[in-house]
Amino acid sequence: MKFAVPAFPGSNCDYDMVNALRDILNVPADLVSAQATNLEGYDAVVLPGGFSYGDYLRSGAIARFSPVMAAVKDFAATGKPVLGICNGFQILTEAGLLPGTLQANRSAQFICQTSELIIRNPSTMFTTAYGNQTKISLPIAHGEGNYYCDAHTLAELRTHHQIVFEYVDNPNGSVANIAGIMNRQGNVLGMMPHPERAVETILGSTAGLGIFQSLLSHQREGVHA
Amino acid sequence: MLKNTEPTPEALRDDHIYREWGLSDAEYELISKKVLGRLPNYTEAGLFSGMWSEHCSYKNSKPVLKKFWTQGDQVVAGPGEGAGIIDIGDGQAVVFKAESHNHPSAIEPYEGAATGVGGIIRDIFSMGAKPIALLDSLRFGELTDESTKYLVSQVVAGIGGYGNCIGIPTIGGDTAFDASYQKNPLVNAMCVGILNQADIQKGQATGVGNSVIYVGAKTGRDGISGASFASAEFNDAKAAQRSAVQVGDPFMEKLLMDACLEVIHDHRESLVGIQDMGAAGLVSSSAEMASKAGSGLELNLDLVPQRESGMTPFELMLSESQERMLLCVREGAEKEIYAVFEKYGLDAATIGHVTTGHQYRLWHRGKLVADVPVDALASDAPVYQREKKVPERLAQQSKAQFMPVVTDVTTTLKQLLQQPTVASKRSLYRTYDSQVQTNTVVQPGSDAGVVRIRQTDKALAMTTDVNGRYLFLNPRVGGEMAVAEAARNIVASGGVPLGITDCLNFGNPENPEQFYELDESAQGISRACKLFNAPVISGNVSLNNESNGQPIYPTPMIGMVGLIKHQRDITTQDFKQPGDAVYVLGDTHADFNGSELQKMLTGRISGTLFDFDLAVEKQNQDLLLDAIQAGLVASAHDAAEGGLIVAIAESCFGNNLGVSLTSDLRSVDFFAETQSRFVVSVSQANRIAFENQMQSRATYLGEVTAADRLYVQTADQAFDVPVSAAKQLWEEALPCLLK
Repeated sequence: MKFAVPAFPGSNCDYDMVNALRDILNVPADLVSAQATNLEGYDAVVLPGGFSYGDYLRSGAIARFSPVMAAVKDFAATGKPVLGICNGFQILTEAGLLPGTLQANRSAQFICQTSELIIRNPSTMFTTAYGNQTKISLPIAHGEGNYYCDAHTLAELRTHHQIVFEYVDNPNGSVANIAGIMNRQGNVLGMMPHPERAVETILGSTAGLGIFQSLLSHQREGVHA
Repeated sequence: MLKNTEPTPEALRDDHIYREWGLSDAEYELISKKVLGRLPNYTEAGLFSGMWSEHCSYKNSKPVLKKFWTQGDQVVAGPGEGAGIIDIGDGQAVVFKAESHNHPSAIEPYEGAATGVGGIIRDIFSMGAKPIALLDSLRFGELTDESTKYLVSQVVAGIGGYGNCIGIPTIGGDTAFDASYQKNPLVNAMCVGILNQADIQKGQATGVGNSVIYVGAKTGRDGISGASFASAEFNDAKAAQRSAVQVGDPFMEKLLMDACLEVIHDHRESLVGIQDMGAAGLVSSSAEMASKAGSGLELNLDLVPQRESGMTPFELMLSESQERMLLCVREGAEKEIYAVFEKYGLDAATIGHVTTGHQYRLWHRGKLVADVPVDALASDAPVYQREKKVPERLAQQSKAQFMPVVTDVTTTLKQLLQQPTVASKRSLYRTYDSQVQTNTVVQPGSDAGVVRIRQTDKALAMTTDVNGRYLFLNPRVGGEMAVAEAARNIVASGGVPLGITDCLNFGNPENPEQFYELDESAQGISRACKLFNAPVISGNVSLNNESNGQPIYPTPMIGMVGLIKHQRDITTQDFKQPGDAVYVLGDTHADFNGSELQKMLTGRISGTLFDFDLAVEKQNQDLLLDAIQAGLVASAHDAAEGGLIVAIAESCFGNNLGVSLTSDLRSVDFFAETQSRFVVSVSQANRIAFENQMQSRATYLGEVTAADRLYVQTADQAFDVPVSAAKQLWEEALPCLLK
């Protein structure tokens, strides 16, 4: 399974993601330029965290216009997995691949801490590896992670089990404690927490591994099916 | 057309206009009579004002800085370049430096702090190093007025705003509060980077004909004469000088950093030298690069990328617009370098050349607007041997130690945990991304921050420390203590001290009593550095830290980096599990002058500083480090402000564990701030081995428990409080005070 990690000017978790995939999960992963126009040959795309284009205007608002995002849309339409983390989540909402938007945290401050999450949907291609585990703790680090959508959208998200992660102690004011959602097809996940920061014991946690392991086993099963 | 409204050289002389830029009459005389043999024009006088400011020339502090110990086998490059470099084996080196941004932060706290961070990052990557960590040492006034609260929130937001965006983790630092910093906060930022020694760069412009290339942000009118501004005494009138403060753009700096590191790694043959445009902007970077190389330099200012129209040579040369670098590139290789910067969407322009001789010449609109000896700017600033006098307050100091009377020690402990200097700083540092780059092993909140070095078994520990109260009572011993505390924090984390950087924050050097503080403390620092084999490899001087006539406490911030040889040695302050044995390593005396307790009970600090023995300090540190490296230690924590009981409480908080301890000491002695002590916990299996190794230096106190209870029976009273309640007071104090 081969991963593409698009790096926008201002992305700063791009190498962290590639290192996690290559060094810890032992899967091939390439940094891809924001100018790239096709993602052929890749099995999954991960949009990394950071401050793409300085987050000027609004986080993710400029990145959505970069050439690689057109390719990401096409890629997502094929049903292959697309994962957006932190700024990647913000870009996915700006690009219309996920509903809603991410506003400034309720405290108006950047928050870096470990947050406990409820795995609300354990049977997605991103979460199966967690098995019966209902809660995990992952690092968060963002100033604009306060998820907002209108009541109608929220009802839709609930009906279609698109809410994947919820905060136990909502740190940023998100609607319905939302930490991560996916599209209705179930192949595009956006989440504010950083699983790539929780893949090594020495750094304090391996709770993020499950997300990548889920994708790997999804791919294996797909090949056999 | 640009109207020439600049004063003539004669008007400059007759109206003493240079005084506004911080040049003294004597310095002006020196320039016109000796250096040039003619009257300087407006631009030239401006160049000298920037380059001869304390910030650039160290004219007041050079004789003091000479006293620093800068040797050591591990030193690859000491003070002089952008940052110092220390060998860490395997062909790798660590690069670090700290810089103050006190005055800019006083008047424009967000941008002042942000650009302080941005500037120190440039110092690190201009050496060829990848920045891997940031630390911040902050001092503010008491949190009793709205303006101080505003300063705190904006400074912290500025630090986070820059570091978070550029993607360098902020992993440590220290914050304290005292009235002496009320209108003159200290904002000291430290950056640490690592490099392969083959990539080390120098800020040099050699080779006649080679090109001087300007890269990064365009030059605007921001921060003009910032170096002179920062070097001057601070007062209310200065607070109106917002235009002397720069504006930062961390996104631009990230691109600039990535592009410069790409040039350094992939275009080694073409790059001759590289330097940050920091204080005194273009003049400082270009003149220093030429002077260090013994070259001359010519610049055509029309080629400088400009953000505003009609900028004068004076403005172009002294602007401190951020996110700019100066490169010296081999003749003919310019296009290759342009291509790298173009890829990142950055400006790059050849603005001049290295010339024969030693003149520094600037051209603007076809006219020669400055023609001065380059060394006169960069290295021939006058050096002042300032007068030194024991401050009155020290001459009259009471020799007696403060004798606190505490009727209910548990209540006193609770109060102490809520003092802003002791209270948890989590509400501040949790706004900093401490994990980006995914190397952070120990996050803020323990004795030192720790990052691992990928592809090795090594890690680096880093910390910033100084207690200005101790220096206020005894500048020399306080200086020793600052280094000792930094070393304690490194050792408690499992590291061996490698070296230090500093920010020497002091008052007015022309005041003999304040110069005494600077000079004495430097000698204390140097003595301690030598003992810990931690040479001074870089640093910064910030003088005239006073507002409306009142100097700050002498506050030489020590930033120390240590090497952890094996990642298994990484140690934190948190007790690990119930049943572990708790010890205090080091003796406790009734040392209260300058203590948090004295401050809390009397509202001020006074008296002779208590005794301090560097030899004992070193012995205790060596004992602890040996025990850590032998795998005997579960946790270790330096006992600092608030004394032993605060260190014990903090060790409980991390994992929400309790303690049940007994001691022969008086309860009040648990607040004493005797140096050279650690709170250590050890598993039962390792007790005997640990005690054997400690000789008689460690005293057994009791055990870690699973109960929610901090219980310490002393010779008289007992401390007895639920850990959860104590932790809540400690964590909520600062957010509450900042409301």
